[in-house]
Amino acid sequence: MADVAIQQKTELFGKKERRLLTDPFNDNNPITVQVLGICSALAVTSALKPSVVMAIGVILVTAFSNLFISLLRKGIPGRIRMIVQLTVIAALVTVVEQTLKTFQFDLYKQLSVYIGLIITNCIVMGRLEAYAMANKPWQSFLDGLGNGLGYGIILVFVAFCRELLGKGQLFGYQVLGDWYMGNSLMLAPPAAMFIIGLMIWVQRARNPKLIDVS
Amino acid sequence: MSFVEALNLFIKASFIENMVLAYFLGMCSFLAVSKSVSTAFGLGLAVIFVLGITMPINWLVLTFLLSESGVFGTDLTFLKLIVFIAVIASMVQLVEMVIERFSPGLYNSLGIFLPLITVNCAILGGALFMEAREYNFPEACVFGVGSGFGFFLAIVAMAAIREKIRYSHVPAPLRGLGIAFIITGLMGIAFMSFMGIKL
Repeated sequence: MADVAIQQKTELFGKKERRLLTDPFNDNNPITVQVLGICSALAVTSALKPSVVMAIGVILVTAFSNLFISLLRKGIPGRIRMIVQLTVIAALVTVVEQTLKTFQFDLYKQLSVYIGLIITNCIVMGRLEAYAMANKPWQSFLDGLGNGLGYGIILVFVAFCRELLGKGQLFGYQVLGDWYMGNSLMLAPPAAMFIIGLMIWVQRARNPKLIDVS
Repeated sequence: MSFVEALNLFIKASFIENMVLAYFLGMCSFLAVSKSVSTAFGLGLAVIFVLGITMPINWLVLTFLLSESGVFGTDLTFLKLIVFIAVIASMVQLVEMVIERFSPGLYNSLGIFLPLITVNCAILGGALFMEAREYNFPEACVFGVGSGFGFFLAIVAMAAIREKIRYSHVPAPLRGLGIAFIITGLMGIAFMSFMGIKL
């Protein structure tokens, strides 16, 4: 009996489960290491507010699509799994989109097509293929949550740098005084690329086993 | 739509509002497949092709099936994400079959990247931009081909740069992905110079 209890406890929040949540923050980050989902979401990182909303959207979609696909995994025929996955993702994204449209119309207009583009964000599909198709629902849910968080954290960090250096603001409030001249390059799309490039540099310099040998 | 208007839209879609460098669409395949010029060339062509076909089809679907004046008479645009992605997935499947039949060499070199076009954000993004900007039918066709051409241009240029950069001394932690991001940023700045053009 005691053995069973311990086993169940480890299954809920054991070491492995904690690793599922924390690995994506550093060693297995979806953006800087797995190179998934750089696509669309970065375009919204010129300010913090839309980025936070976008991050929440991505976290919800990755976590729940992982959960649902993992629940369905034994019933999905291999040949049409892509279509099934896309349908589940598209349905979840539609829910996010309609919710935002109802409660935050201004933000919805600002994010425009990028909310819809969560569907084609490779990280969602990538985690479904790599994890949820072969693992139990609870672990898959955690994996989705972890990867969504790892993704969101980069998004928010990039937005933090861009809004602070570009306008001297955070969440639209002026934090740097009048002496600060906004750097409009930071608001232009290429700045996101530079920031991620530098982040990868720092991360790999500290963690040499990630260095690309090719 | 006159020829000049079409040309303007084409140039706007491919240079000024470049899918990859101005909107970050199609970034995943842009970074993953840009290691050699020949595969980049193939993927670029495939994207032009798929965008050029799916954009008019999605326009027709949107106007005649989903909009309020369509067949069903009710506003079904909340279904647009699911419908667009289904159209794109089936078109990609078709293109894959055609390429496999007529050009096995190209099929082998593109390998797993063809199915990946389904989740290439540039394709769905194009369809969503088309809806948001309320293009009419000829505009949708020109916009599809133009933005595909922009992607083609960007990925081939990127692959050429990455082939050359192998011979230079990049700091070890920056090699590969890191430098690719920074090159993309620099290319983005170069493309920003087109923004001054008023069409």
